[in-house]
Amino acid sequence: MTDTLTPVLTAHWDEPDSFRLAGYERTGGYQGLRKALAMPPDDVIAAVKNSVLRGRGGAGFPTGVKWSFIPQGDGKPHYLTVNADESEPGTCKDVPLMMATPHTLIEGAIITCYAIRAGHAFIYIRGEVLHVVRRLQLAVAEAYEAGYLGKNILGSGFDLDIVVHAGAGAYICGEETALLTSLEGYRGLPRNRPPFPAVEGLYASPTVINNVESISSVPSIMLDGWDWFAELGTEKSKGFGIFSLSGHVTHPGQYEAPLGITLRELLDLAGGIRAGHRLKFWTPGGSSTPLLTDAHLDVPLDFESVAAAGSMLGTRALQIFDETTCVVRATLRWTEFYQHESCGKCTPCREGAYWLVRAIERIEQGKGTDEDLETILDVGDNIIGRAFCALGDAVPVPFSSAVKYFRDEIIQHQKEGGCPFDPAATTLWADR
Amino acid sequence: MPFSDEALPRLRADAADIIGRYPRARSALLPLLHLVQSEEGYVSDDGIAFCAEMLGITKTEVKGVSTFYTMYKDRPVGEYQLGVCTNTLCAIMGGDEIYAALTEHLGADPHGDAHHDVVSPDGKVGLERVECNAACDYAPVVMVNWEFFDNMTPDSARQLVDDLRAGNDVRSTRGPDRLCTWKQASRILAGFGDGQAAEGPSAGPASLVGLELAKEHGWTAPEPAGGTK
Repeated sequence: MTDTLTPVLTAHWDEPDSFRLAGYERTGGYQGLRKALAMPPDDVIAAVKNSVLRGRGGAGFPTGVKWSFIPQGDGKPHYLTVNADESEPGTCKDVPLMMATPHTLIEGAIITCYAIRAGHAFIYIRGEVLHVVRRLQLAVAEAYEAGYLGKNILGSGFDLDIVVHAGAGAYICGEETALLTSLEGYRGLPRNRPPFPAVEGLYASPTVINNVESISSVPSIMLDGWDWFAELGTEKSKGFGIFSLSGHVTHPGQYEAPLGITLRELLDLAGGIRAGHRLKFWTPGGSSTPLLTDAHLDVPLDFESVAAAGSMLGTRALQIFDETTCVVRATLRWTEFYQHESCGKCTPCREGAYWLVRAIERIEQGKGTDEDLETILDVGDNIIGRAFCALGDAVPVPFSSAVKYFRDEIIQHQKEGGCPFDPAATTLWADR
Repeated sequence: MPFSDEALPRLRADAADIIGRYPRARSALLPLLHLVQSEEGYVSDDGIAFCAEMLGITKTEVKGVSTFYTMYKDRPVGEYQLGVCTNTLCAIMGGDEIYAALTEHLGADPHGDAHHDVVSPDGKVGLERVECNAACDYAPVVMVNWEFFDNMTPDSARQLVDDLRAGNDVRSTRGPDRLCTWKQASRILAGFGDGQAAEGPSAGPASLVGLELAKEHGWTAPEPAGGTK
């Protein structure tokens, strides 16, 4: 029987020097790299494939399979770009990881580059987390000094440079092709796929783009074995992951567990919903994943089960809202976020988000009509599948899922000519 | 105002360093914009011209990029720039009240433009709303020059503004011992560290709740087949 929580990535976050090279090496750091460098690169790819590690940035694509798409012997330079642009509302796992143990990410990046035969890697980190940028810069410098980066790494003949690249404030750059466009020095606009980045990515060369947590899971897979990793989790969602609880819970924070844990179990660990209140709705993996309710407390938090429940596992960003929260207020704010962050490249997303915000605002103010509600759902249906990238697909998600579970509450705004909720009741200090 | 005779060679040397990190020069544009912002506190027309010259592209091309990203400012902001998260989770946990309290405290219009913004008359403190800053377990969150101020309240936020304006010592909850200025922050983002990376905690309390619980219960990941690591 596996333990309820299984700290691997988070296991040393409480040590005062966990972010230093010495602290990392003391706890087994860079041993996975040594093991990998003694293997042929294709065997490293095979090991990660066998582990069935699936992308931890939201989409869940198998990491090793992605690596195997990189054409070998093509004479082109290959690149790794680490997606450290963590910006999906509710998502707050990569930032503490890079603050506490940046070397886990560096080690994983070196192993990945060795496997896909890349000589240059970029960590594209959002710029709004200054101390995390500092920690990454320090970790990269320490890794160069120790011979883990640069020429002839640990005598293997493998050369690698890693650049820490700070973004400048644009949610869209978390979309992998927009990230590449931004890294090339342009406005962060997404690109058409195919060609996929594995064929034509950065500078039209084969490129792997992986999330921070995915790459950081690689050293332990190398060190402890793919079978060890695959032993955890569920049948199709293997391994462990960081579950981030926020909002109206007694102890918000990071809980690292095998995939498949339920919200009921996590809430038990987190001391439950804040005292005197009850769960109303929650996101399983960020604002782009449809809302769930207290009817979904026992859904195993793995890719398949959450999809079967009508949502997505996403980034395991569990934003918890109790009965004091107005679902219109919550979902309007997310829709405003998408409007603000739409890159403007395609019409359905740019215009659709704008008009959705206008209509939901009317509803929040109690001035909405039945027609508004139908218009919102219709506009939403016309964005999904017609936008250029996943940001567009996400625009209608929060409000449509609110309509699914809370239609009466939405209509109540209209009947009462305004919001029936007291916004002061939702705050951290409301019950103090 | 064009860059001074003192600044220009220094910035050119920094720019060459930045461009040298990338296989293709154009990739250096974002860090170059952080660099010119570190000099003037915002991206001026001169800053844009400097980036264009360094990369051999037009000023229009540079401006097209700088205007896309919210961290680049087209006018001066505060020496200490506050960003109140008002995305859903933080807003509901109190971010809306904090933003309203701070606009009132700074004598500004609480319904003003959400992203362009307020600066105190002494230029010390600027205020804007920010989107989710990846610290939801510490909500409500306020950023100052992109350092975390966790679990804020309207009172603690007002105190923060007063301390910054008075020049009192202010510390991020998960950051270095000393809060740097807006310009210094931009320089770090351009890739030039300030030697403060090793300061501050490894992790804040909310980051550790799961780990502490696991230790309390003796829960661990399974041992690998070959025995202990």
